[in-house]
Amino acid sequence: MKALVISLQRDLRLAGRRRSEVMTSLVFFVVVVSLFPLGIGPETQLLQRIAPGVIWVAALLATLLGLPRLFAADHADGTLEQMALSPQPMVLLVAGKVVAHWLLCGLPLVLLAPLLGMQFNLDGSALQVLVLALLLGTPVLSLIGAVGAALTLGVRGGGALLALLLLPLYVPTLVFGAGAVESHAAGLGASAHLSILGALLIVALVFTPWAATAALRIALE
Amino acid sequence: MLSVTDLACSRGERPLFRQLSFSLAAGQWLHVTGDNGAGKTTLLRTVVGLAAPEHGSVQWQGQPIRGQREDYHRALCYLGHHAAVKDELTPIENLRTSAALDGHAVDETEARTALKTAGLAGSGRLPTRFLSAGQKRRVLLSRLLLRPATLWVLDEPFAALDTTATEWLGALLVKHLAGGGMALLTSHQPVPLPPGGVVAL
Repeated sequence: MKALVISLQRDLRLAGRRRSEVMTSLVFFVVVVSLFPLGIGPETQLLQRIAPGVIWVAALLATLLGLPRLFAADHADGTLEQMALSPQPMVLLVAGKVVAHWLLCGLPLVLLAPLLGMQFNLDGSALQVLVLALLLGTPVLSLIGAVGAALTLGVRGGGALLALLLLPLYVPTLVFGAGAVESHAAGLGASAHLSILGALLIVALVFTPWAATAALRIALE
Repeated sequence: MLSVTDLACSRGERPLFRQLSFSLAAGQWLHVTGDNGAGKTTLLRTVVGLAAPEHGSVQWQGQPIRGQREDYHRALCYLGHHAAVKDELTPIENLRTSAALDGHAVDETEARTALKTAGLAGSGRLPTRFLSAGQKRRVLLSRLLLRPATLWVLDEPFAALDTTATEWLGALLVKHLAGGGMALLTSHQPVPLPPGGVVAL
């Protein structure tokens, strides 16, 4: 586990030196979500209905924005080769990078969501469900995204390919994430949706770091 | 001891080399020679295990490297074409993070001493992007001082280095070999080392 912490610390330190890259996806999220109330006008009923979907889609796209950079810089400057040759298990080093990606691109979205949700006239309990669903769902987005980023590493036009590859894989997270708030609003309770999101997270935690590591080893050959 | 048996590699459809065999024992070094595109880098990447050979095997201490990745990587230090340093970090931070990723901690004094030995005294706190290509190579090469590895696999280690740094690296290699180390390297420049074996591609 020490390897994971080291790789996490390294990525956080590097992100601290190039803050603008981190801010881009965050600002993108805020702007996209805010455009909807501005475009639709003050129809509170409609806004309330579309809020979960809009926030979730914006979160997917914002996560996607930071993904091509997850391994690209390390690949270009040879650090990835050194990681593959490290005596430490590479899967933990990769997992550390994914955790860093979530802390930088996922967690801020979760924290901002209640603020943005208020623009859509969501009430307190709906906001709670939204935050919980995002808290369980955004790590899944980062984990699956890491596999996609590793697979498209070094491919020309990898960014567009990455979106085509990942967006279908993000569908279950989107359905259950947005569904949690809707089902809460309908009075059915969100626990079923949240449980499924939790299950998705566990499955992703177990399998995706291995898959990403295998894809990286292929990319290095 | 490193031994390579009946190795064959190709790049795309083009075969690079076949039936290549050599071995390297403690205190020895090998110079991989060949024209541009002959497959020198591919050979080194195959020897360290980054690329899989088409045929043949690479063995470390008599065992295939695939089965003992962790032990082999601990005994190995591979420095490739790329500088493998982060422009945003200072040379000291670079050395400390790469050492930590390799699983051994290095404190600031050790990192500073290594940089000083490599001729980079005083630039330890500057972000690496302000350094020249040769200085970045020196940062990378300082890792050799900090990492306790038996087998050094170096791809063009003398590229971009000035005469002082070339002599320093030569002396470092001599010391490493005298201490029972091994080295496998490519170089287009003359190598300031006592004659060793040659692998011609």
